[in-house]
Formats: sequence, C-alpha cells, structure tokens
Amino acid sequence: MTGANTAINLSVFGIFVLLTLYVVYRVSTRNVSASDYYAAGSSFTGTQNGIALSGDFLSAASFLGISGAIAVNGYDGFMYSIGWVVAWLIGLMLISERLRNTGRFTMGDVMAFRMRQRPVRAAAANSTLVISLFYMIAQMAGAGGLMALLLDVHSKIGQAIIIAVVGIVMVLYVLVGGMKGTTWVQIIKAVLLILTVSLLTIFLIGKFGFDLSSILDRATQRSPLGEAVLSPGVKYGASDLSKIDFISLALALVLGTASLPHVLMRFYTVPNAREARKSVVWATWMMAIFYSCTLVIGFGAMALVGTDKITNAPGGENSAAPLLAFQVGGTVLLGIVCAVAFATILAVVAGLTLTASASFAHDVYANVIKHGEADPRDEVRVARITAVCVGVLAIAGGIAANGQNIAFLVALAFALAASANLPTLLYSLFWKRFNTRGTLWSIYGGLTSCVLLIIFSPAISGSKSSVFPDADFAFFPLSNPGIVSIPLSFLAGFLGTIIGGEKADAAKQAEMEVRGLTGIGSGLR
Amino acid sequence: MTKALPSVSRPATPGFATFDEPHHSLLIDGDGEPDFDAIQTSEDFLALKRRVKRFILPATLLFLAWYVTFVLLSAYAAEFMSTPLFGTVNVGLTMGFLQIVTTVIITMAYSRYSKRQLDPQVDKVRALVETDEELA
Repeated sequence: MTGANTAINLSVFGIFVLLTLYVVYRVSTRNVSASDYYAAGSSFTGTQNGIALSGDFLSAASFLGISGAIAVNGYDGFMYSIGWVVAWLIGLMLISERLRNTGRFTMGDVMAFRMRQRPVRAAAANSTLVISLFYMIAQMAGAGGLMALLLDVHSKIGQAIIIAVVGIVMVLYVLVGGMKGTTWVQIIKAVLLILTVSLLTIFLIGKFGFDLSSILDRATQRSPLGEAVLSPGVKYGASDLSKIDFISLALALVLGTASLPHVLMRFYTVPNAREARKSVVWATWMMAIFYSCTLVIGFGAMALVGTDKITNAPGGENSAAPLLAFQVGGTVLLGIVCAVAFATILAVVAGLTLTASASFAHDVYANVIKHGEADPRDEVRVARITAVCVGVLAIAGGIAANGQNIAFLVALAFALAASANLPTLLYSLFWKRFNTRGTLWSIYGGLTSCVLLIIFSPAISGSKSSVFPDADFAFFPLSNPGIVSIPLSFLAGFLGTIIGGEKADAAKQAEMEVRGLTGIGSGLR
Repeated sequence: MTKALPSVSRPATPGFATFDEPHHSLLIDGDGEPDFDAIQTSEDFLALKRRVKRFILPATLLFLAWYVTFVLLSAYAAEFMSTPLFGTVNVGLTMGFLQIVTTVIITMAYSRYSKRQLDPQVDKVRALVETDEELA
C-alpha cells in the first residue's frame, strides 16, 4: 500500500504480542485444574468479563469488515452493526444468568443437564467444533488478506507464513494461559480497539464540525452511488430474492450472537449469575459505543478516502479503516490501526481455540469416552492436545480460504450458531417437556440443514464471488440460510419431543429450573 | 409437572423437617440436598417465576418486533426509509441508530428491575435451603 511503513506496523504489533504473552505468562503460573483451564477458576468480575466478552466478540469482521461494508454499501452495511448490538438482549435476558447457574465449563453442560448425557454431549461438541472452526477459518483467512495490505506481503507463500505465525501465537496463549490468560488478552485488546475506534470517531466528527449530516453529505459526493448509499437496497434491494436474503442475514445476526459457543463459555469465568448479568450490561455498552463508531468511520472513509479507492485497494472493502487511518494520521496511525486489527484477529482466534478444545476434552473425552470419570489432569491434557490440533486445522483452513470475504464467512458462522444452538438452548431452559430426542433433532437438524444449504448456496458455487466460481451446484438461491434453517431447527426440536422418545425427566427438570433461576445446588454464591 | 414420576438417583424421602432435626429447613431432603420438587412448587419460587416472566416476556417480544419492523421496512419500504429527517440524515439511519439506543435502554431497565425485583426474591428462595448449607 502507498506509504505503508512496514517497520512501524511490525513493531507496534510485536509490542502487543510480547506484552500479551508476558501478561499471559504472569497470570497463569498455577494453571492446573480443569476449572482454571476452562473457566479461569470463575474468578473474574462482571466488569472484567464484560470487557473480555466484547473482546471475544469484536472480530476483524466487525472492525475491518463492517466499516468497509458501510464505506462501500452505506446503509446495507450498517445492518450488521445493528443486528450485532440488538442481539445482546437475548444473551442478557434469556441466556446468560441461567447458563451460569446450570453449567460449569461448556455449552454441553447446559444442553445435557436433564437429558441422556452421552448423545447430547456428543451433539453439543459437534456443533461447537463446527461453528468454532468455521469462525476461526474466517478470521485466519482475514489475517492473510490483511497482511497483504498492511505489511506489503503479496505472495501467497508469504501470507501463508503469516497465517501460520498468527496460529502459533494464538495456540501459545491458550496453552500457556488457559482461560485466564486468554481473558486478559481479550481485555487488553478490547480496550485498545475501543479506544482507537472512539478517538478516530471523535476526530472525524470534529473535522466535520460536529455535524453528522455534513459527513454523510460529503460521503454521497465521493460514492459512485450518490445519495443511494444512505438508503436501504444498495446491496440487497435488487430483487425479491435478495430482499429475503437480507432478512435472512438480519435474523442470523440477531439470533446467532448469544449462541456462539465462545461467547457462551465466557459466562463461566464469573463467580455467579449476578456477575454474568453485569458482564452482558458492560458488553452491551461497549458494543453500542463501538458499532455507533463504525457508522461514523464507515461513512468517514467514504467521505475522505472515497469508495473507488477503497474497492481498488489490495484488501478491498476490508481496507477502509486502515486507509482512513492513513489519510487522517499518516503512517503512525496506520501502524496503530493495523496492529489493533492484528491483535483483534489473534485474540478472537485464541478464544475460539480454547472453546473448541474445552468442548472436545470436557464433553467428548471426559463424558462420552470416559463416562464422566476422567482424571481432571488427563482432561486438561486432552484439552491442550486438542488446542494444538485445532490450531493446525485452523492454519490449514485459513491458508486454503485466504482471500475470501471475512464478514460474509463470519455471518455464516452466525447462521450455524442460530440454527444449531439457540433453539436447543431455549427449549431446554424454558420448555418442560423437551427431551433427549428433541434435543438431538434440533441440534443435528439445525446443523446439517444449515451446512447443506451453505454448500448448495451461491456462496460456494455458481457466481463470480463463490468459493468455486467455475462449478455450479447452487440450487438453493439464498447466500444466507438462516431464514430456513433456524425455523427448521425449532420445528425439529418440537417434533422430536412430541413424536416420542423417553419422557422428560421431571426431577431433573425441577432441578434445572430452580437452579437456573436461583443458583441453588450449583454451589455458586 | 407430574410429581408421581420416580426421581432418579435421589432418595424419595420427602424433605419435611421433624423436631428431631432442628437444623433442617423445610425444603431439604433426607440427605441435606435441596428438594427441587418442593422448591419448584413453593410460593416464593412461583412468585420469582412470575416476576421474571413479567419483564422478559414483554421486553423480548417488544425488541424483536421493533427489530423485525426495522428490517422489513428496510427491505420493502426503501422509499419511506430514505425520507430525509434533518440534513442528509434519513428515517432509516435514524431508526437504525434508535435500535442501538433502545437496546441500551432495555439493558439498563432489565439491570435495574433485576436488582430491585428479582435479586431480593432469589435471596428469599435461597433462604429456604440455605440454613442447612451454612451449618453443614
């Protein structure tokens, strides 16, 4: 990129990595028990965990992807911001407190609470692994594209090496720090990200005389679409089908957030339900501030850099925020923004690795293979080995998917979470009759229908922007499957329960309901 | 729910205290474990459930309806959403920003409601079993 100062970028990023590794090393000397590794001994406060939650959630897709989507598509890009803020209300009111009270380490703890343990835990682990890997590959792919832009690394081999380095550092965080170290990485990164974004926003608003209208006015002049960028429909308004795609995306955004496994797992790092609630309140404030800023940054980039320059830059849409930073603050600010973007990818991927490894070790190894009688030390060892395997898979997947659109890939992960996890969680928390068969039907029904619809969608084949542009087996017309697979999963859970299988365990249901609302029997204070 | 179902892996002894066991409060079973069936049907717990439902049901329906309205208007009423309100800021952008504002408002309202209405009631229910846990 013109004027990119590789030395500054690299050194700011290097300082971040060294600092966080040092912090991870310092906080994690006594990192031995399963509870320490998975849930940081539940020792974080609501405030700390709230900041870490926003760190875990605000991925490179949020920062680079959304500001870019707004800078290019205007209004239709803004949709992501809104969905991802509103979604936290589901986490706040329906999920967080009950999850903290009923589970210990994983999503499987809650789903299997009153069901037959082995099949349900296996299903929960499958869904966690699929979603985490999907999300992770999206992030890693983004890292490669970013590097092209920020460090002037253009060869595929160079980018592959960088993806591998990101993967190795993140596995180090997880192995050395467990949940405690990873949480501190999230906190540091979230503070850096929010500070950078807010300062950039305040600067932009100030530059335009504290008048939002004049930013928009200027933006419309620099966009080839003119006034249309301020109205809905630029990206999704073309046909009836694209409008349904838009609604489908909007549904996945709002329903997927609170059922992402790495977000769910964060609620176990606090000591009780009240702190879990406080975490979501903090996270919601951070999200509200962050996503309001993306609106200004997106339109600001459109106004100051211009849409054409952004779409023609090496990173495409994703380069909007870095280009804007370069425009207003030169190489130093560019270096900072780039480093923050790297830090974001690194931290999110670390959180996902930890979640995937916990789910495999706790649900599959300890409960399915060892029937709940695994030595906790073995369990942690299995989790660590899994973390390395997941890291290797993510590096390989990231290299393979290098160059794909990150915000879009991430949106698919949300559709998966909303389809496989949300119906199951809501049913098991709120519906007395829900049984093992219903649970399995809703998890597998949502997961497989969503995966199949993605495979046969235009995202994979049949159009220029597909993964396989030359093949065409896209008989499902929508690029986001949520509008079909989410209701389907609700229906499958309902039918599975109604049609038969064993009756719900009434005693366990009583325990789960009482425990979910009050924490009685959980040992939590 | 039907109380006739056999409870799994828990002694079926009812959790009512006798004068021989002065430390046991009402809702703890023979082993000193909480008697969840009895708690679930206790007046205090039912009151807690009602209070929870009174807030989260309308609030959830409200914010989902408001969000879906916004999405549908964006998809099918683009004309209306592009009506300028002040300067270049149009109805759609304002409504989108208001989604963020209402999210924060509902969050704070729930937080306040929980502190005032739910937490004290949770403590009441917990008190039904806590006597024993503390002595144990």
